[in-house]
Amino acid sequence: MSQFLQQLINGLSIGSVYALMAVGYSLVYSIMNFSNFAHGGVIMLGAYFGYYYLTAAGLPFPVAFIVAALTTCLLAVIIERGAYKPLRERKAPFLYFIISAMGTSIFLENMVIATIGPTFRTYPEILSRTPIQIGSVSVGRLDLTMFIISAICLALLVFFIDHTKMGKAIQATAYNIKASALMGINTDLVIIVVFALGGFFAGIAGVLFGMKYTVYPQIGIITNKSFIAAVFGGLGSLPGAVIGSILLGIIETITSGYFSSQYRDLIAFVLLIAVLVFRPSGLMGKVTEDKA
Amino acid sequence: MDLNYIFGILTLAGINLMSVLGLSLLTGFTGMFSFGHAGFMAIGGYTSAMMTVKFGLPFIPALLIGGLIAALVSSIIGKLTLNLKGDYFCIATLGFGEAIRLILDNVQYFGGARGWPGIPHHTQLLNVVIINIVAIIVLANIVRSKHGRNMIAVREEELASQIVGINVFKYKLISLMISAAYAGIAGGLMAHYMTFLQPKMFSLVKSTELTIIVIFGGLGSISGSVLGALVLTSLPEILRTFSEWRLVIYGLSVVIIMITRPSGLMGGYEFTPSSMKKLFARMKNKNKGLPNQMEGGKTV
Repeated sequence: MSQFLQQLINGLSIGSVYALMAVGYSLVYSIMNFSNFAHGGVIMLGAYFGYYYLTAAGLPFPVAFIVAALTTCLLAVIIERGAYKPLRERKAPFLYFIISAMGTSIFLENMVIATIGPTFRTYPEILSRTPIQIGSVSVGRLDLTMFIISAICLALLVFFIDHTKMGKAIQATAYNIKASALMGINTDLVIIVVFALGGFFAGIAGVLFGMKYTVYPQIGIITNKSFIAAVFGGLGSLPGAVIGSILLGIIETITSGYFSSQYRDLIAFVLLIAVLVFRPSGLMGKVTEDKA
Repeated sequence: MDLNYIFGILTLAGINLMSVLGLSLLTGFTGMFSFGHAGFMAIGGYTSAMMTVKFGLPFIPALLIGGLIAALVSSIIGKLTLNLKGDYFCIATLGFGEAIRLILDNVQYFGGARGWPGIPHHTQLLNVVIINIVAIIVLANIVRSKHGRNMIAVREEELASQIVGINVFKYKLISLMISAAYAGIAGGLMAHYMTFLQPKMFSLVKSTELTIIVIFGGLGSISGSVLGALVLTSLPEILRTFSEWRLVIYGLSVVIIMITRPSGLMGGYEFTPSSMKKLFARMKNKNKGLPNQMEGGKTV
């Protein structure tokens, strides 16, 4: 029982970071209807920015954290302006967006390899490694921090979406972009805000991920799992992305705890196919009708 | 430059071309994007290598069996996922491709993640070229047949073609199976060229590369796919002197192509004797203002 609880807690902590990444995929999907595969590259760069702000620039941890998130926020907006806006203006089919996103992702990953190099980097130790004991379950300080920071961020996001004017504009645009534009919503600005939000959370998730594991250029591939989580919960749905991520995190830790860590990724992808076959709209996603 | 080196690059381009041709039918002519074709290549590669190594079959039958098995697997995947709309089909193929790779990682019979060395070297430039020529002729005939026209109709307007009486699901499935068979044969060629197989060779990056080649060449153009495969396989080799930057340039150029020339190099046009004749006629009669019609589909 205590082993199960232990796995559950580990799963919650990794799942909450997946959730931070998955909301980025979901926000963009809800408005632009395509899977932004460049998001993995942004997360990877977030981890690198955090690393350099901490080590080379010597910033204190909370400052480095925020500055890294702001940098990726800017980066995500630049990517939108450069790689997607021209396509948007031409009303290109979604496939061109995906290819453009893949190109951006290849570009970012190899840019890092060419300039910084492919070596693994480890974050300096910020939190002590001694876990906190609660009964028979031990909780890592880092895991706890990850969970708390993710929870705060997600709560802020929900508040922003539900209670601000911009958040309502995002909801309206997600519902129908053309009608929102006719109602006087600046949809171009909404798209920028959505990318900025996604980029901000990507930066936070990248730093947390880098602290938990290591930083290397191919980190973006691992973030594909947060994309699976977004599909699992229902692309375009924020609560879905969060629930899907936490479920995926728990399923993963339980598979590696009770079976073998080799099957962890396999389970994730099999889950993806199963969800698509039996319930393509995901757990919480809206059922999209055929638009002719 | 060493002649063997050039032959090597051309052989690799030919192997890529084989799977690109299949993907061209699926993406360019039927309008469905796949990020899992490396998975079909893996199935074909491992099956045909199993045939030659473990069962001692000759090369060509082994290749065909590889293609057949890939097509069979694709029919199962297709039956499950072809009803999904747009983006979701892409994602399903992505999941499929990665799942195949991760399964192969755990199959010790094929050497698992460490790879499988000692596959006989059968693939030469000559047989790759012959196989590709046969594949192009077959593909061109499919595209020009009634079935090919139905596939193009599905690409242009799914709902309308359904109303006209085309069995959309059936044609999507046929297109997927043919493209998987091509990818399977390409995988077999690769296995017998590298003489070594490793699941890592068939990652998502490989699938993406194939899709990028199809788009670069131009959707709905077989000659575009040929040109795309030749250019994009040899480009990284030419850029090898600045090896670290070549993938940076590659990624950037993909984005730039998407933004500036979305129809690709050949977008819908074909190099055929008749289209060449028309092109020359147009050049000759330019000042007479003749209608400049060329053969081929619609640009996307």
